[in-house]
Amino acid sequence: MKRIAAALALAAPSAAVAGPFPADPLNSPMWEFVADKYLGEGAAVRFDPRVKVTFPEVAENQRVFPVQVDARGIADVARVMILIDLNPIQLPIDYRLGDAEAFVSTRVKLDQRTPVRGLVQLKDGTWLASGGWIDAAGGGCSAPPVSRVKGDWAQHLGEVRGRLWSGASGARVQLAFRHPMDTGLVDNIAIYHIDDLRLTAADGRMLGEVKMQAAVAEDPVLALMPRTRPGEAVRFAGRDTNGVEFAGTLEAGGGAVASR
Amino acid sequence: MADRAWVIRGADTYIARDNGGAVANIALFATEAGAVLVDAGPSLRYGQALAKLARELTGEPVARVYLTHLHPDHTYGDAAFAPGTIAATPALAAELKREGPGFSDGMYRILGDWMRGTELHMPGHAVTAERETLGGRSFRLLALSGHSASDLAVLDERTGTLVAGDLVFHDRAPTTPHADLPKWRAALDTLKGLSHRRVVPGHGPLDPTPAAAIDQTRDWLDWLEGALTAAVRDGLDMVDAGLMPIPDRFARLKVARYELQRSVAHLYPALEAREWPRVDGR
Ligand SMILES: [Zn+2]
Repeated sequence: MKRIAAALALAAPSAAVAGPFPADPLNSPMWEFVADKYLGEGAAVRFDPRVKVTFPEVAENQRVFPVQVDARGIADVARVMILIDLNPIQLPIDYRLGDAEAFVSTRVKLDQRTPVRGLVQLKDGTWLASGGWIDAAGGGCSAPPVSRVKGDWAQHLGEVRGRLWSGASGARVQLAFRHPMDTGLVDNIAIYHIDDLRLTAADGRMLGEVKMQAAVAEDPVLALMPRTRPGEAVRFAGRDTNGVEFAGTLEAGGGAVASR
Repeated sequence: MADRAWVIRGADTYIARDNGGAVANIALFATEAGAVLVDAGPSLRYGQALAKLARELTGEPVARVYLTHLHPDHTYGDAAFAPGTIAATPALAAELKREGPGFSDGMYRILGDWMRGTELHMPGHAVTAERETLGGRSFRLLALSGHSASDLAVLDERTGTLVAGDLVFHDRAPTTPHADLPKWRAALDTLKGLSHRRVVPGHGPLDPTPAAAIDQTRDWLDWLEGALTAAVRDGLDMVDAGLMPIPDRFARLKVARYELQRSVAHLYPALEAREWPRVDGR
């Protein structure tokens, strides 16, 4: 995996020529490369502290590192991405908002000291970015999942826990999936992860669609803030890269979400 | 501390290069048969300094090193001692064999040159009795658990000094990487019921009273478990939970925010699995 990161780093200088991207306040060696790759060549992007990217001071577990991107202070958000520059898999979450607030929270794998970014695309196509560096020991992506070591991953595959909270400060959905989220970077275990997840309201309204990659931690947990109506349930449906499907319903009544 | 008993204080913070990993407290007792240490510090270099200090203070070489639990800030200094002098419960010895070497990468990464030559020694003396007497000094040995799967507390009966390992923290937030909170609480009950005079906590200043540090540790653990459970029920994610307010009564606890965030990482997934219903319809 270190080899892959090095190869990407070598590729960066040539990519840098293409992008007229603003200077990176994080001084990441990969900024031009990741901006070009994930935002698109010539994309309009600016750094904006209203994109609030929050995570703990230390990566206690580099395989399960919590990251929250809150862009609720910004109007007309269409898409929120979490980007980890120096990971071999850089884009754990790509979230296209339906009827939802611009908020996503999850846990990711870290492979080394790296910038962790939130990237927000507005309806006009332009991007806003923010983030910070986090120090991490090696191996978040190249260590085998705990459930692979224990050998019980298949027994629990497809299990989903979750709740829907709703109240005056908005609704929040939390979903916790059992899934090994194999990166393909561990000996003899092919890449295998939850790929796609859609949330809809009871009336069929699209609440959001999340593309996940294997840089999301094993047994992914996802928090989103759909705009639900009082008493309204939320349905989720997703599939993994082997076509295994996950679906269920979160009934209203989890109580109001607390603000911290 | 008292009658030929000393505590070698660790820095009340986390393992870092500027403290060489010397964050855990070590207790030292003189006996007619040689010096007795409880815990060995983080590295060969530290263990060697400890051996030298023990000889200077007691006039005798180290005859026994009791290890309280598996964490490397307490055990890795045993590299400086012969396996026959290193004492642990059979449960801890098995844990050290299984998991002890696994801390090495992380310790070298953080501490670099401080760790040079450090190789964890496996204990050669099994602690199976409830009491051991060395050179006229009796130590009561309590095999407990909760901070980790096997925690040893050592009571020096001559001075009433309880060396609690990491079952007790004092003015420094407790750590939970291998914690079992119900077992930890039961262990604290046991410790509180001993007739001791003072407590050497695993981290933080000596408690000259029998109960203050034990009560403070328990108060933190009770608050932590209640607050994290409420956070999971209220829909807070791990980031939110790590930023929750810490009650004023814990203001004197060093590195409280840091340990809260670590504890969120350790404890949150199990609480979510317990508190959230299955929604997959299977
Ligand atoms: Zn410990």
